[in-house]
Amino acid sequence: MARKLLLEHINVPGINTFDVYRSKGGYASVEKALKTMSPDDIVEEVKKSGLRGRGGAGFPTGMKWSFLAKPEGVARYLVCNADESEPGTFKDRYLMTYIPHLLIEGMIVASFALGAKTSYIYVRGEMMPQIRILEKAIAEAKAKGFLGKNILGTGYDLELYVQPGGGAYICGEETALLESLEGKRGNPRIKPPFPAIAGLYGCPTVVNNVESIAAVVPIINDGADEYAKIGIGRSTGTKLISAGGNVKNPGVYEIDLGLPVEEFLYADEYCGGIANGKRLKAVVAGGSSVPILPANLFLKTINNEPRLMSYESLADGGFVSGTMMGSGGFIAYDEDQCIVRNTWNFTRFYHHESCGQCSPCREGTGWMEKVLHRLEHGHGKLSDMDLLVDVSKKIEGNTICPLGDAAAWPVASAIRHFRDEFEWHVTNGAEAVTRNFGLAHYADPLPKKEETVA
Amino acid sequence: MKVTIDGIPVEVEPGTTILNAARQIGGDIVPPAMCYYSKLKDSGGKCRTCLVKVSKGSEKDPRPMPKLVASCRTTVMDGMEVQNITSPEVIEARKGIVEILLLNHPLDCPICDQAGECDLQNLGFEHGAAKTRYEFDRRTFEKIDIGDKIQLHMTRCILCYRCVFTADQITDHRIHGILNRGDHSEISTYITAAVDNDFSGNVIDVCPVGALTDKTFRFKNRVWFTKPVEAHRDCDHPGCNGKVTLWYKGEEVLRVTARKDQYGEVEEFICNTCRFDKKKTADWIIEGPRKVSNKSVISSNHYDFKPLPVVKTNPVLMEANKEQFERDTRL
Repeated sequence: MARKLLLEHINVPGINTFDVYRSKGGYASVEKALKTMSPDDIVEEVKKSGLRGRGGAGFPTGMKWSFLAKPEGVARYLVCNADESEPGTFKDRYLMTYIPHLLIEGMIVASFALGAKTSYIYVRGEMMPQIRILEKAIAEAKAKGFLGKNILGTGYDLELYVQPGGGAYICGEETALLESLEGKRGNPRIKPPFPAIAGLYGCPTVVNNVESIAAVVPIINDGADEYAKIGIGRSTGTKLISAGGNVKNPGVYEIDLGLPVEEFLYADEYCGGIANGKRLKAVVAGGSSVPILPANLFLKTINNEPRLMSYESLADGGFVSGTMMGSGGFIAYDEDQCIVRNTWNFTRFYHHESCGQCSPCREGTGWMEKVLHRLEHGHGKLSDMDLLVDVSKKIEGNTICPLGDAAAWPVASAIRHFRDEFEWHVTNGAEAVTRNFGLAHYADPLPKKEETVA
Repeated sequence: MKVTIDGIPVEVEPGTTILNAARQIGGDIVPPAMCYYSKLKDSGGKCRTCLVKVSKGSEKDPRPMPKLVASCRTTVMDGMEVQNITSPEVIEARKGIVEILLLNHPLDCPICDQAGECDLQNLGFEHGAAKTRYEFDRRTFEKIDIGDKIQLHMTRCILCYRCVFTADQITDHRIHGILNRGDHSEISTYITAAVDNDFSGNVIDVCPVGALTDKTFRFKNRVWFTKPVEAHRDCDHPGCNGKVTLWYKGEEVLRVTARKDQYGEVEEFICNTCRFDKKKTADWIIEGPRKVSNKSVISSNHYDFKPLPVVKTNPVLMEANKEQFERDTRL
């Protein structure tokens, strides 16, 4: 088993306190970065490591940092996005609960690299315990001279604040987060300008996920080359996956990117297979907004190659037969789960969380929810499937922020892969409310690729 | 900067949006805009009816933009090529947006004061489908009086935020905004506080639908029965120059509004005194009739199209009728 980078000392008692964390080699990266490296060196190092944003989009973090505008006399900000609200994802909460100093250490290094004198951690409102944990950890770090004025005698000042949000999913979108942080209504801004040019209070801002910032620590400690050795292709390093659903051992796992999904799902070290000896029906690989896949397409790509836990391999086949890494919210469904009900549930969430700013998402999510509600309760029509696909197409890509896409993908993919089950809900409406469709052919081996004769 | 919209080149200032560049060309290629208002800062980008396809980013970077963009908020680049009505993708997306905007709209045009000068009505007529596929109950709200002159009927609202920007930018203190989120969000005042401000009446003019209506005009008449006349008065309010449109029915002034241009935007905002209190011809100096586009129902009393014949030619029926006629006349 490979060495863990983020969760190496997670089981050490008292790792959430400064002293224990420090004795396990914590804050070494702060010393290394502030005393021996220049900000540009750090950005260069992160670029070289190939670290990709862990919040969902997978945009290279080093690139994002290098896009930051640096006008003279204007403050720059680093904002940590801890507004983790994606159904199925709980890795950031786990990290902040058990090893808060790792995030703070990452924040100091990242802020130094970006030249930010004030940085914020925007935490979702429901995570009150984590907010207290972080504030306590910040106070400890400050008492030891790692935060505040003149950190470690290097002349670098940094103030770190924790800001609780109101508990809206939309505030996890970076521009909505900035609006909320400014004390306004959390509506996403229209881009451009991007936050790297005009973000928080109109100043250049970088918004990063908790895990991306935490991953900066091992990159600085071990060097970018060492970090880039882990993983496969353009997916480097390790990733926290929060496994849930019908798996035997749900929880947060740190995996090397490139691990075969079959191993992740069935190895005792990770999920340990499907609970109660049932069979796998479907998987949502990266949080509720990524396309859902049936078991056969999830374990093997369309070309019958084993699928790996990496940005590229999960996306293999595009939206036709692939999915996305997303934020690492791994949800497995066993044969007794109803995909129609699950899709309805996801859509209900997006309907509830749509900010109501732009029309396709505001009205379209409500429409999809109503149609899916009807289908789930056995009053649907056969034309509803085409209607849903059409509505999801009207939403996708036509909205200000990606919430519209996130609402459209699960519906479109569920109908693409599980159309039989949707149709069964219409044709056997009365039966559909009392029993589930079952596994059907969703775990059957994929057909052999036909050789096309020219 | 040179930008080409649907094959028509135009020279514009740097920083112009695609929508404004299209308006400089004019004609059919101007994307419709429900939420963008050139007089209000930061407006636009919300309704998505003005989506266009950028098939060439700029001279320097000729890659097309991956998604359709909101033309009201996207600034032009030198050498940009934009497709509006020449792109089937845009037409399709716009049709979807119109359907979506009308999902929760009550379509109570027969009793709505805005009918005849409603942006949504025009949009639906020009770009929408004849039928909706929505089969559920529509969202409804109680009517709210904000002040004694303005009524808010949220049921008709399409959440364009124009009135919020007006309240923010034209009036001096803001007590008007959005409550809740998603499709249950509503325009509201701060705990039913009346909007009491010299310029608050302008929210009626900026509203693209009949959600904010003038209570002094409610149910008085249909706009196409009234006659617009340009007039002005010496308004002593600083910031209001008293240039208005009077809407006559016979000799009576039924309503006073600001002057609206061809895109439904007011030329200049007017104060509440001019709008609500001066309703006698003696108060005004008449300039002449207001020109209204001959496409508008206000000027022509009907839309410029031939209605389909109700009874289609049916040869079978005609033959049968002829037989019947012959049989009847024989007796």
